Amino acid sequence: MTRPRSLFDKLWDQHVVAEREGEALLYIDRNLVHDGSFHAFTQLAREGRKVRKPKQTFATADHYLPTVGRERGIAGITDPEIRGMLELLEHNTRQNDILHLGIGDPRQGIVHVVGPELAITQPGLTITCGDSHTSTHGAVGALAFGIGASQLKQILATQCVWQKKPKTLRIVVDGRLQHGVGAKDVILAIIAKIGTAGATGHSIEYAGSAIRAMSMEGRLTLCNMSIEAGARAGMIAPDDTTFQYLAGREFSPKGEDWDRALAWWQTLAGDDGVALDREVHLDADALEPTITWGTTPEEALPVTARIPAAQDLQDADKRAHAVEALRYMGLTPGTAITDIAIDRAFIGTCTNGRIEDLRAAAAILKGRKTVVPAWVSPGSTQVKRQAEVEGLDRIFVEAGFEWRDSGCSSCAAMNGDSVPAGLRCASTSNRNFEGRQGKGARTHLMSPAMVAAAAVTGHITDVRKLLG
Amino acid sequence: MFVSFWAETMTPFTRITAVAAPIDIANLDTDKLIPARYLRKLRSVEAGYDPWLFYDMRFDAEGRERPEFMLNQAPYRNARILVADVNFGCGSSREGAVYALMDYGFRAVIAASFGDIHYANAIQNGMLPVILPQPVCRALRDQLREKPGAELSIELESQIVTDTDGATHRFEIDAVYKERLLKGLDEVGLVLQYLPEIEAYEARRHAQYPWLA
Repeated sequence: MTRPRSLFDKLWDQHVVAEREGEALLYIDRNLVHDGSFHAFTQLAREGRKVRKPKQTFATADHYLPTVGRERGIAGITDPEIRGMLELLEHNTRQNDILHLGIGDPRQGIVHVVGPELAITQPGLTITCGDSHTSTHGAVGALAFGIGASQLKQILATQCVWQKKPKTLRIVVDGRLQHGVGAKDVILAIIAKIGTAGATGHSIEYAGSAIRAMSMEGRLTLCNMSIEAGARAGMIAPDDTTFQYLAGREFSPKGEDWDRALAWWQTLAGDDGVALDREVHLDADALEPTITWGTTPEEALPVTARIPAAQDLQDADKRAHAVEALRYMGLTPGTAITDIAIDRAFIGTCTNGRIEDLRAAAAILKGRKTVVPAWVSPGSTQVKRQAEVEGLDRIFVEAGFEWRDSGCSSCAAMNGDSVPAGLRCASTSNRNFEGRQGKGARTHLMSPAMVAAAAVTGHITDVRKLLG
Repeated sequence: MFVSFWAETMTPFTRITAVAAPIDIANLDTDKLIPARYLRKLRSVEAGYDPWLFYDMRFDAEGRERPEFMLNQAPYRNARILVADVNFGCGSSREGAVYALMDYGFRAVIAASFGDIHYANAIQNGMLPVILPQPVCRALRDQLREKPGAELSIELESQIVTDTDGATHRFEIDAVYKERLLKGLDEVGLVLQYLPEIEAYEARRHAQYPWLA
């Protein structure tokens, strides 16, 4: 009898080309690059190498792309450094015959939104990208992980990378999520429970009835933030939700290939009774809308809670961190989270820039007005068009949101969409680190519906009170 | 056969004795190591990433040094070893964080744990990540504050850190990473030795799943 294998085992075993002393040479099916990937191309050119498999490499402009004023293309970008980044990507992709979804392409978008949306991302594949949120793609049942510039260069040159096999962690979320509670709340609650280093050295598999019931968009949100718990990879066994999502998309297999793919994908789920190295359980019914109050994603609490005092925390390291976080965030212990006033609201990113996220926010905004400056940057140009077809853009605009173009925008603030120092932003992004949205900016992470609720009330609000 | 004509880019790491600087912050993320707004800078031998290292902690809003930050204090200015806490380099995959540390002059970081991607990036660039237990890291930082400008020694071959009192602390590192650092091996070369295996794998996989080619 053969040993039962997990989803991770099956993905890993399938991609091992060679092994040496505790490391495997993994074959990479899909390598994704973006406008921040220039170091890898520069090194590659310096060594006189070319991209070995251009057809397995895909590029999109996202990190540096402005979210307004794109009508004139790259030439219309006034900041010379930002223009330079976009020109570099265009040059590097042209030199190497790589498909480039750049400014003006109707398929342009954030790399982790575009991959699944075009079905470049498929079950059973290994996927790499020079970005830590590459864990997103694991939601379809792939092994996807972020890498730095050096490893990106190696993959461009060889289509392979040496990797040490990670340990495995299964996170089981059973039960039913309450109305107004979604994938973002689940992942914030998970990170609050296990910590930002809770899954370091591990690949996470999400399982349980609440995960099975989640849409593809929700699963992508969940896997996206695996890295915020320290895991390079997060994954979910592919099922009918996955297959229905992928069917008919631009790069998904067609005709007979689709039938072959489906037969293969249906074998990927973990075998019955397979144990992972660790297991953590969460009760979906008990989860509430969750937000971060501090400066790491683990400093998160239900919206019904109060800001903790540092001395109330058990762990000495967490206490020390909380003192600094409360100072940076300008918060007083004991304050009800719903009494925290906000100055900005931002919806978008690879975490929460998909159509379902925009629908959830629009449902709250309909017939209401934002009281703070607020903007939406859809996760991709296709998401933007879809939202316009559904009339969501009008709801956002009538509520007072700016309806922008697609890019990473104010998540990493690399394109200039930053939050001014000292101001507090309700944000659907993934990192609340000091200075992440701009020097001195204060970030509270939450779901799109929660950002919408905060935008219309001017303070953090339990979205369940605004739901009909 | 491990010697290859590709081997070039990386300086081998064998041992270092140098001034060490303590930094107490747990979960020190790569956004702190280099804020995102500097990642658009091109990097060359003449213009490294050292000006952006710890930028928002090192400098105030007007770009003046913050005197309380340790790298702005005379004894630590020439530090080549950093002693940190848990989960050093978590967050963004930006290799710019390693470039900034190395261009400043750091060759090794001692911490209780590292973010996985940052750890891999350090190895790739010939910077040694040393993992020691959290109480040892804390004790080392205390020593360095008591004796500002004191030196630590790290020898990779024996996997030993010698502290300012002469006490030794053994650390663990995977054999493959150790070999790569000691020899300064170029990883593309290490991969391309397996080119026949890669091509055979590719042929099999793409015959089986032709839409992936």
